[in-house]
Amino acid sequence: MGKQYETVIGLEVHVELATKTKIFCGCSTAFGSAPNTHTCPVCAGMPGALPVLNKKVVEYAMAVGLALGCEITKNCKFDRKNYFYPDNPQNYQISQLYLPICKNGGIEIETDEGGKKFVGIHEIHMEEDAGKLVHDEWEGCSYVDFNRAGVPLIEIVSKPDMRSAEEVIAYLDKLRLIIQYLGASDCKLQEGSMRADVNLSVREKGRGEFGTRTEMKNLNSFKAIARAIENEKNRQIDLLESGGAVIQETRRWDDLKEYSFAMRSKEDAKDYRYFPDPDLVLLQITDSWIEEIKGQQPEFRTEKLARYQSEYGLPLYDAEILTGTKKLADLFEATSALSGSPKKVSNWLMGETMRLLKENGMDAEDIRFSPENLAALIELADKGVINSTVAKEVFGHVFAEDADPKRYVQEHGLRTVQDEGALHGVVEQVIKENAKSVQDYKDGKEKAIGFLVGQTMKAMKGKADPGAVKEMLKGMLAE
Amino acid sequence: MSITGMTALELGNKIQKREISVVEATEAVLESVRRKEPSINAFVTVDGEGARKRAKEVQKQIDEGTLTGPLAGVPVAVKDNLCTEGMPTTCSSKILHNFIPSYTATAVENLMRAGAVVIGKTNMDEFAMGSTTETSYFGATKNPWNTSHVPGGSSGGSCAAVAAEECPYALGSDTGGSIRQPSSFCGVVGLKPTYGTVSRYGLVAYGSSLDQIGPIARDVADCAAVLEAVASYDTKDSTSVRRQDLDFTSALKEGVSGMKIGLPRDYFGTGLNTEVKEAVLAAAKKLEGCGAVIEEFNLGLVEYAIPAYYVIACAEASSNLARFDGIKYGYRTKQYEGLHNLYKKSRSEGFGPEVKRRIMLGSFVLSSGYYDAYYLKALRTKALIKQEFDKAFAHYDMILGPAAPSTAPRLGENLDDPIKMYLGDIYTVSVNLAGLPGISVPCGTDKAGLPVGVQLIGNCFEEKKIIRAAYTLERTGGYSRSTLAVLDGTSERGK
Repeated sequence: MGKQYETVIGLEVHVELATKTKIFCGCSTAFGSAPNTHTCPVCAGMPGALPVLNKKVVEYAMAVGLALGCEITKNCKFDRKNYFYPDNPQNYQISQLYLPICKNGGIEIETDEGGKKFVGIHEIHMEEDAGKLVHDEWEGCSYVDFNRAGVPLIEIVSKPDMRSAEEVIAYLDKLRLIIQYLGASDCKLQEGSMRADVNLSVREKGRGEFGTRTEMKNLNSFKAIARAIENEKNRQIDLLESGGAVIQETRRWDDLKEYSFAMRSKEDAKDYRYFPDPDLVLLQITDSWIEEIKGQQPEFRTEKLARYQSEYGLPLYDAEILTGTKKLADLFEATSALSGSPKKVSNWLMGETMRLLKENGMDAEDIRFSPENLAALIELADKGVINSTVAKEVFGHVFAEDADPKRYVQEHGLRTVQDEGALHGVVEQVIKENAKSVQDYKDGKEKAIGFLVGQTMKAMKGKADPGAVKEMLKGMLAE
Repeated sequence: MSITGMTALELGNKIQKREISVVEATEAVLESVRRKEPSINAFVTVDGEGARKRAKEVQKQIDEGTLTGPLAGVPVAVKDNLCTEGMPTTCSSKILHNFIPSYTATAVENLMRAGAVVIGKTNMDEFAMGSTTETSYFGATKNPWNTSHVPGGSSGGSCAAVAAEECPYALGSDTGGSIRQPSSFCGVVGLKPTYGTVSRYGLVAYGSSLDQIGPIARDVADCAAVLEAVASYDTKDSTSVRRQDLDFTSALKEGVSGMKIGLPRDYFGTGLNTEVKEAVLAAAKKLEGCGAVIEEFNLGLVEYAIPAYYVIACAEASSNLARFDGIKYGYRTKQYEGLHNLYKKSRSEGFGPEVKRRIMLGSFVLSSGYYDAYYLKALRTKALIKQEFDKAFAHYDMILGPAAPSTAPRLGENLDDPIKMYLGDIYTVSVNLAGLPGISVPCGTDKAGLPVGVQLIGNCFEEKKIIRAAYTLERTGGYSRSTLAVLDGTSERGK
């Protein structure tokens, strides 16, 4: 009978902050520009250049810390982490070791069993990102792009409080949502604006002390994280079961091969020779600054969930989907404010929007249409300017290219024909040409009227209000 | 008087009065450099073409009335660890022998705004590490008073150039005495301002928490005027201090009546050369004669300043100099196998022995397991030294002592014994550890005719007090520049 094991997991999550400029200079943080176009003597580490702290970075870090229930370190400092690598222009990274900005927080996550669990946050510190190396296998050389060098990061270090991949995903999901709601980052794992390293160890159930842990890197999606955790847990248990021992080391996950390999062990871990950066002064955070940041905290998901149900009368399920991403919640609230009919906005988002997202393999984050255009579409449908079939067609264009519904309807002649005279003539014609259906209806087959409405709509090229057509048909057939 | 014999303010005055053109001044200075450099070697780079072009531009601005400052049109030499756009900035190191910055240091920009004509970059100890200017990759600078002696360091090139009348004034940097000690050896006036007064942006860092840029000139008035021009609050330097009292020339008044001046007993004990001691004490006497109250006192922790300084400066240097790796700019080894080997060979070949020694020392004191015992202890010592000075300044307006234990040693005398060289910094390093201002003013010569400087140390932000005392000493001390005119046959003074 095999032993029972428990997995112990702690996370180090790097989040790229959404500031317009870098952490220590005025260069842009924009992603995807030509190499080395967002650089200056400071972020390129030129001799004599000096860092000056971006205030917004501190405010985002504080906002995240406060949202995660952390204490703010009122006298905090930056330290230099010394190591040589070409993506690191100064050959040291400005980070925080001794006095990180936030400490001792945590969040509650929902577990699979429907229970709640507290995951502690050990600390959050601010640091600068490194540049990017581009290896040209063809030319046999490497290039460095310093556009990313100096982009601000926070590292959120959890306590070893998680016990399964599910808990890890729940924690990351919650973390991501909170940070997105704060506007502190878009938290895209694929693009690297959120990166998670997993520290994992196993121990026999009931044991007090932790086993030897490994650190797993290169995890680019929630699925990869779940797979890597499962794999590493099994690897460590197999090792122990076969009489071996786990080595404290850093491992790199290969998601294609579903396999990890050792990068470096503790023995050859570098001595980073951390020391306080003499170029940056002590950062003093006043109580009033903390209060100011506290005052700016947005409404988070829990509060939104309750409000969407009570204020807008949405069902829990809808409220959960709409608050599931900041993008959807923002879109919902902005469109509702414009149109005044939250229920209809919710219907468009829950129905057509979700359908198209799924169809196109997109995430809510990828939505590009504006609240203004969705509100305008709802207004057109409400006023009967277009019918529901046309509305769906127009929405397709709002969704795809953020089309202006009014202009689109105008340019494509999709207005419902309000001219009773014109409609009257068409209905007369339809009655004349469909004698059998007319007879069926008169014989009491109510369904036949549907066919006649359909024929009229077809003749009107869809630009009529089906309700009005039905009424007119009924009236004329009753004569 | 010849152009090159004038002080910066004298020359600036004649330029404002249109008695001398900026081009004339520049040509005279370049000619003096051309003649004296073979024996002095004060410069790493002389930019004659750039200086001539700049001189015309400055003259135009003066003629248009847009440049009216006292230093407008006056040529200047800049220590080669200050970045100058388009002009090599080597730090006198092989590893930066071909480095041309893409930007100009704030201090130099400030001087340019005041109308300065930069004629070139001066020699120094490699990365400012040394006290003799002998560790330069470009060869030692010679003391203009006797070319078989060193000029001191690390701003030896700047001080020698000013002393030899190769230019009226220069900029230096001072991490542990690098302005004051060579000023003393070369018989010029050098001032290290309060930490944070002059922006460090563009100064290639040695010990960031100690580095300050300062003026080197032939008299106190020039020093005050240059400091007034270079000092500024700079948003590009987080350690820059916003000061309202940058009108240093307002302190150029005679009189020290009622000023209390403390003489630390430990600054006059064993290890101090007798002739230097006599000259410095004579300067104190002169100030006493002018009404100052002179008192001896015990300044604590003097013996801990050198170890604390070398631990802190080297720790910071080991990290500051990490960026010189042969990847982006500077020297790269010819042949290498892989990245690690590229780093190792480029740095081994690119740095000189003194720089390597300090990088290794600094790396050691920051290593895990040694950090607390060395680096942290040094930081605590630094804080205690500052407290000792605070106590002293509760009683005294300033502190007076030597700038160096001896006059300029012979070339090569200190090179083999780094400890001996480090001990020579005894009177200067604590000033940097405490962030204080200090000025070195000539106060005599030894029997061999080599200059001696007296150092006046002020409390933080009290440059004006030491400027006033230095000015008084210079004016009333019976000590004038003409008595210094023994420049190894190269002087133009008195002609």
